[in-house]
Amino acid sequence: MRVSAPGALSGPARGGAVGLKAAVLVLAAVGLMVSDQRQNHLAWVRNVIVTAAWPLRWLVHSPVVAGEWLGATFATRERLLEDNRRLHDRQALLELRLLRFEALEAENQRLRAISQAVPTEATRSLMAEVLRVDLGPFRQRVIINQGSRHGVFLGQAVVDANGIIGQVRRVGSMSAEIILLSDPEHSIPVQVNRNGLRTLVAGTGQPDLLALPYLSRNADIRVGDLLLSSGLGGVFPAGTPVARVSEVRRDPTAPLAIIRATPLAALDRDREVLLIWFATPTVDIDTSVTPDSAPQNPAAGTKR
Amino acid sequence: MNHDVTLPRYVVALWLLPALLLSAVPLPSWLGPFWPDWLLLLIIAFGLASPRSCGPGTAFVTGLALDAFRGILLGQHAFAFVVVAWLVHRFRLRLRMFTPLHQAMVVLSLLWAYQFLLFWIDGVSGHPLTYWGRWLPVLTGAAVWPWLYGWLSRHVVRH
Repeated sequence: MRVSAPGALSGPARGGAVGLKAAVLVLAAVGLMVSDQRQNHLAWVRNVIVTAAWPLRWLVHSPVVAGEWLGATFATRERLLEDNRRLHDRQALLELRLLRFEALEAENQRLRAISQAVPTEATRSLMAEVLRVDLGPFRQRVIINQGSRHGVFLGQAVVDANGIIGQVRRVGSMSAEIILLSDPEHSIPVQVNRNGLRTLVAGTGQPDLLALPYLSRNADIRVGDLLLSSGLGGVFPAGTPVARVSEVRRDPTAPLAIIRATPLAALDRDREVLLIWFATPTVDIDTSVTPDSAPQNPAAGTKR
Repeated sequence: MNHDVTLPRYVVALWLLPALLLSAVPLPSWLGPFWPDWLLLLIIAFGLASPRSCGPGTAFVTGLALDAFRGILLGQHAFAFVVVAWLVHRFRLRLRMFTPLHQAMVVLSLLWAYQFLLFWIDGVSGHPLTYWGRWLPVLTGAAVWPWLYGWLSRHVVRH
């Protein structure tokens, strides 16, 4: 591309104008950042931008999809047969497990009915595809191809077959951004399966490493402990697997133990994820009750 | 080539758009931290060769697009891009006289300043990211600079 080179126009006089322009733009950027961070005024701007960015994201995603399609189309007959056999075996195994699971579920329902708690099970779920789009090398976020048009909402829990992946952080009409468990900004309330100890699991920025930063040195936790979501906060359904403790270091000079865990879900390898809707076990706490108007039925008070 | 060239704006835009997509290409995790900031390298290159079609204004719009694309704090990259674009504009006459190696050292410091601004804004806005790997694109970006700029000035920004 050949272009003219009018060098005469450039001189020290132009430098000042560009400097002024740069200063104004820097101020504009600072203003944008402050209004985006402090007030949430820019939510609609974001929605517009996210919707506009959708075709571009699709463009980045499509070569990968095309490659996978080609690979699947030209898969050899032997491989398909072998896959088929493997899946058959797995299907048989899973059906066997399902039988047991159904019996357990029925039993669970009965027990829950006895204890008068509302079951926290997924009432609806939606499969979403993860777009192969990188949102910066150190941000543990992914984009999925389902948005508000499909009923996705802010803060929705996202799981895969092995456990919790994260939650919906931002919703566009056709896509949504998921913040993974491993994002440094994310933490999730959990419970140790063995003894019911409650704590938080925070992300570290690495997809295969989570941290438990708030447990004291003498906390009863061991390598291999299974961590389930406790359901506190109402974002995640209670009792869903989250991670397994992989390292516990107790430094005698530090008040807190250094505990690491490995997420059970394949955070950085998932292609398909599941968005879930579940009934939160809410208990209506009647704030209008004053000390002198004691509840008529004493059993009602123990429900909470 | 020590005077300003003026490329048509659409040429700059045609180069910046693929670079924006390149910044979002899914990479194997070992390569991710080494991936240079292509968008900023192009802004420096065009700002150096053709300041009137790629100045702070272009840097601002491109940075905003990157912020939106990545879904992070709006204005963060726009801020850092404008600062770097202004520095390039300010020192472009001197920069053009440097040997490629010398130029790469200056680009290294520009990329470092850019990364430091992002680091600083991350901290102020409450999402600190202290992983050392975030500084790797500074080194790789400076390493590819001589080839990138050499190629661009031979094939795109000719006199």
